[in-house]
Amino acid sequence: MRHRPRGENIIRFDSVGLRYGLGPEVLRDVTFALPSGSFHFLTGPSGAGKSSLLRLMYLGLRPTRGRVVLFDRDIASTRRYELPALRRRIGVVFQEFRLLDHLTALDNVALPLRVRGVRESEIRKHVPELLSWVGLADQLGAKPSTLSGGQKQRVAIARAVIGRPDLLLADEPTGNVDDHIAMRLMYLFEELNKLGTTIVVATHNESLVSRFAHNPRLHLEHGQVTRVN
Amino acid sequence: MFGRHSDLPLAGDATSRFLPWLVALMVFLAAMAVSGAFAVNEVMSRWDHDVTGTVTVQVLPAGGERAEAATDERVRQAVDLIRAVPGVLAVKALDKARTLALLEPWLGGTDVVRDLPLPRLIDVTVDPDARIDLAEVADRLSHAVPGAALDDHRVWLSRLINLSRTMEWLAIVVVGLIGLVTSATVVYATRTGMAVHHDIIEVLHLIGAHDDYIARQFADRAFVLGLGGGLFGLAMAVPALSALGWAARRLEGGFLPSIGLPLAGYVVIGLLPLLAAGLAMLTARLTVHGALARMP
Repeated sequence: MRHRPRGENIIRFDSVGLRYGLGPEVLRDVTFALPSGSFHFLTGPSGAGKSSLLRLMYLGLRPTRGRVVLFDRDIASTRRYELPALRRRIGVVFQEFRLLDHLTALDNVALPLRVRGVRESEIRKHVPELLSWVGLADQLGAKPSTLSGGQKQRVAIARAVIGRPDLLLADEPTGNVDDHIAMRLMYLFEELNKLGTTIVVATHNESLVSRFAHNPRLHLEHGQVTRVN
Repeated sequence: MFGRHSDLPLAGDATSRFLPWLVALMVFLAAMAVSGAFAVNEVMSRWDHDVTGTVTVQVLPAGGERAEAATDERVRQAVDLIRAVPGVLAVKALDKARTLALLEPWLGGTDVVRDLPLPRLIDVTVDPDARIDLAEVADRLSHAVPGAALDDHRVWLSRLINLSRTMEWLAIVVVGLIGLVTSATVVYATRTGMAVHHDIIEVLHLIGAHDDYIARQFADRAFVLGLGGGLFGLAMAVPALSALGWAARRLEGGFLPSIGLPLAGYVVIGLLPLLAAGLAMLTARLTVHGALARMP
């Protein structure tokens, strides 16, 4: 793993605004910086702009104004063909998991490695290991349609972390699982954080945030960051 | 390409099922156009080869009571005149029996035909490298021998060669149009496939796949479909071309030289499925790159 020294900013937003088409701004003047190796909750009510903010962070969108700096690269001046290299340093757990239904759990988790051209022998070695670690050793060949919500979530998380990302973004990762699995996932994120991965977990589950209250939070209201602590 | 890993479930796409059939039809039509152009070109070149270095003198039959003897005398005079021209290698007058034999396929061999006042032909072989002023020879001949005319084949041959060239260009245009139609179909199928698999493409994009990683999967699929369709089209074209060749051989009857494809024709037709598959692959790749360039 090639994590940055703790404390340096891994991501910085300066007066960022975002609108979809000609609609109103869903994010306004968003300014914050996340130090490397930090663990943040991204909170706020539904519709506050959490998913949009995460999409900007994982380079699924470009801001309509302002400046986003990721891994010391100003995204506005980064050429398009350079973006995949940055995206490979980010792991994303999507809100709806976004697993590929026609692929097995193993192949879903292997995707980030395949796009990097990792050899099949390596994939066959590391992916089952990770799936065992998240408790899915007996589901390697299972298609997502046969998995429960919690199992899908763990496959999605395994896919996000298999590439040992510098930054892990999770959008409501505990939204579809019971408390027990939610806690296990949070402990998994904390373990990854201890290994140096910067974590951002978007959630509106206040009880979960309070249980891990030692982690700072970014709070969004009406498209603006109202609190960073 | 074959058996290469694909993250996109393109094999089950309904939108690309018609592609092999269309490519098959296009390859079939292209094979017809290409073989037609090659066959015409082959016939022309044989004709050209056969008549290069030859000219024909035609002597009209004389009238009067001793027409036969007078015509023979005209033929003798023409032969003597032509034989004296420098560069002439051989002069051979066709007798009436040989002339009748040449006309038999068209006029039959009845006595009525034998009694017709037929023109007599003199076959002249000239040195192809000799710079003979055939116009001057023709002028002299027509003045010295009544009813004699010289035909050096160039006029009708050049018209036939022009026809051959036109057909070649026509075949190229037809093949070009076929290529355009194939490309347009591949563009449509690829864009439809991209729309169907938009979510998967976006996931691949967001986990760091380069555009070419995604484009390659569409290109591989287009190549496999194009090659399959192309081979089927070729398989359909072979019996059709054989049937046409068989019909042409029956038609020949001494009028046309034997019609057949040169080796280059077989090579080009054999390569058509591969060319169609390559075109489909390239088109799909460019289409995907074009579409992905609009993603952030």
